[in-house]
Amino acid sequence: MKHLLSINDLSREDAILILDTAAELSRIADGPMKKLPTLRGRTIVNLFAEDSTRTRISFEAAAKRLSADVINFSAKGSSLSKGESLKDTALTLQAMGADAVVIRHPASGAPTRLAENQWMSGAVINAGDGTHEHPSQALLDAFTIRKHLAKGATDLAGLRVAIVGDILHSRVARSNVLLLTKLGAHVTLIAPPTLLPFGVESWPVSISYDLDSVISNVDVLMMLRIQQERMQERFFPNAREYSRYFGLNRDRMNSMLPNSIVMHPGPMNRGLEITADAADSARSVIVEQVSNGVSVRMAILYLLLAGLPIEGGIN
Amino acid sequence: MSYLLKNGILPNGAKTDLAIQDQLLVSPDALDKNHRIIELDGKQILPGLVDLHTHLREPGFEEAETVATGSLSAVRGGYTAISAMANTSPVADTAGVVEQVFRLGQLTGLCDVFPIGAVTQGLNGEALSEIGAMADSSARVRVFSDDGKCVFDPLIMRRALEYVKKFDGVIAQHAQEPGLTIGAQMNEGEISAQLGLKGWPAVAEEAIIARDVLLAEHTKSRLHICHLTTAGGVEIIRGAKSRGVQVTAEVTPHHLLLTDDYAKNYDPIFKVNPPLRLESDVLALRAGLADGTIDIVATDHAPHSLESKDCEWAEASFGMVGLETALSIVIKTMVETGVMDYLAVADRLSIAPARIGRYETHGQSLEVGKVANLTIVDTAAKWIVDRDLMSTRSKNTPFHGFELPGVVTHTFFNGKLVFGG
Repeated sequence: MKHLLSINDLSREDAILILDTAAELSRIADGPMKKLPTLRGRTIVNLFAEDSTRTRISFEAAAKRLSADVINFSAKGSSLSKGESLKDTALTLQAMGADAVVIRHPASGAPTRLAENQWMSGAVINAGDGTHEHPSQALLDAFTIRKHLAKGATDLAGLRVAIVGDILHSRVARSNVLLLTKLGAHVTLIAPPTLLPFGVESWPVSISYDLDSVISNVDVLMMLRIQQERMQERFFPNAREYSRYFGLNRDRMNSMLPNSIVMHPGPMNRGLEITADAADSARSVIVEQVSNGVSVRMAILYLLLAGLPIEGGIN
Repeated sequence: MSYLLKNGILPNGAKTDLAIQDQLLVSPDALDKNHRIIELDGKQILPGLVDLHTHLREPGFEEAETVATGSLSAVRGGYTAISAMANTSPVADTAGVVEQVFRLGQLTGLCDVFPIGAVTQGLNGEALSEIGAMADSSARVRVFSDDGKCVFDPLIMRRALEYVKKFDGVIAQHAQEPGLTIGAQMNEGEISAQLGLKGWPAVAEEAIIARDVLLAEHTKSRLHICHLTTAGGVEIIRGAKSRGVQVTAEVTPHHLLLTDDYAKNYDPIFKVNPPLRLESDVLALRAGLADGTIDIVATDHAPHSLESKDCEWAEASFGMVGLETALSIVIKTMVETGVMDYLAVADRLSIAPARIGRYETHGQSLEVGKVANLTIVDTAAKWIVDRDLMSTRSKNTPFHGFELPGVVTHTFFNGKLVFGG
């Protein structure tokens, strides 16, 4: 594996290896020596053409804990906001000797273009592209679910996961459907029909328009962010109606199974897709998702880069 | 110069010699003594191909194509007449611009370049352009289109259809309901959902086709549907024709061969408007072309500079070049599959488009006294498409590296050998 562009790049075994490696690295992170020398002398560029504080700092923390040099290259104030093409940016990064590029981009497929053209030779890690995929988020979600509910199993066989909200525009949902089903979970997508992708019936998932009929039968409830622009585009009448049918509130949460968990990739719209008491409840693993994100991203960087020889021979 | 073409095959399969002198096909007995003999050795003779849908980019975007480079590309592909779409800069919405393009075509002298006039001023869909002045100009425009944009306002479309009746014109519609295709990137289907690219539903095309055949029926005027891509659209046209509506339709070579599967690696060389559709659509288009529901093949030759394709999919321009590969794609998809013979190829690529455009010296039967516009094809030969060896100024062919059947060996325009030999 040279790049991580899509969950489709991973076999089931690759995915489990990433989760196992993340578990190992998180044990080290809990110890006295947080920092490992593994990627010393390597340069990792965070190329963020779209605002995302949490994913960027998560990758930055992961890279730094592996002793890599990190360069942040974000949209505002950079050449990206001055109309420089993706190609020229890539050529620049190549000239600077980037070993890996972590890319967040508003255009679906931008990481694929970066990896498949001969613009640069480093590894490309998709940190969210348009409405396509967000593979590291899915991996950290799977890691979190496994930790809580897999009872020692390496995969997620038999677990029931519901993903609720704007499936149509969600890269998190696409990556999670691919990964969670690969790991044996049963996934149900819950959304108003306007927010489901065309042809979703061919996906290996169940579909429901009714959160209440599903909520008491799942182990994991994953709430997705509703973006303001979807309301302007009239995918549903208004925020109040959305919350009434698809929001997670205390009453709905009380109908969940005893050991089930609530997840959200963040950032949350408190009061829209999730109420504060649900977000901050004992079922919520939302904050833990963030810390697991660092371990999973360390594992991704480690597995993509640590096998390569270090220039100059220092290790 | 006069020519004797020996041992060619006519579209109907008959073996023949053809003689050309002073622009015309003549009897071999009437040839000058110092004529040149060209041995065709069983090659296929077709009436010179006629493209009803070409983007030449001049004036305004000469880095992508000019009338001269587009003409050269055309004759290499076997075309003796091409139709320059109106989306130049300035837009071809006045007599001045269409006369300029027409004159540039004549100066180049490789083939006829017939300008298409814009239906609305600036292609903005709001007010009719000077259609009458363009029709009366030296360019004698008969085809009007806002191609690239849809004439979406039903009242404007109705008025345009009515207005062109005055001089037997035709409105060529780019059928795309704008409200259903905001930000659309590719066919709406399972692949767009998987790739996270905004979908372009078939219904956005079909809704406009359905509306416009009803308007054409009501106004008793001539409607031409550009680049049909969906099975549903073929059905609407078929039904309209059976009711006697004066509607004609075109399909592009790329929609006869490629599907939305090609979008999977996000290479925008496959980004085109209207988008590549499904295998079932491709098969319906082929069947429609074979049975005459679809009247013609038109290239929608759309040159773009390198940088406008060397980027993210969403950033890239829509369009593909096609003049030099069109005939080969038709041979591959229609002749080699056994659904069309060369009589049908001559009709769909020459006779019918010339009739729709009212291009009087083109698409004629190959008989004595007619203007000698013709194309010679070695149908047995194969070639490998190389974007670096094409005559068009742009390299955005989706067929780079494809092995295709059919090599154009000679093109005669007004009796002159303009390509080959």
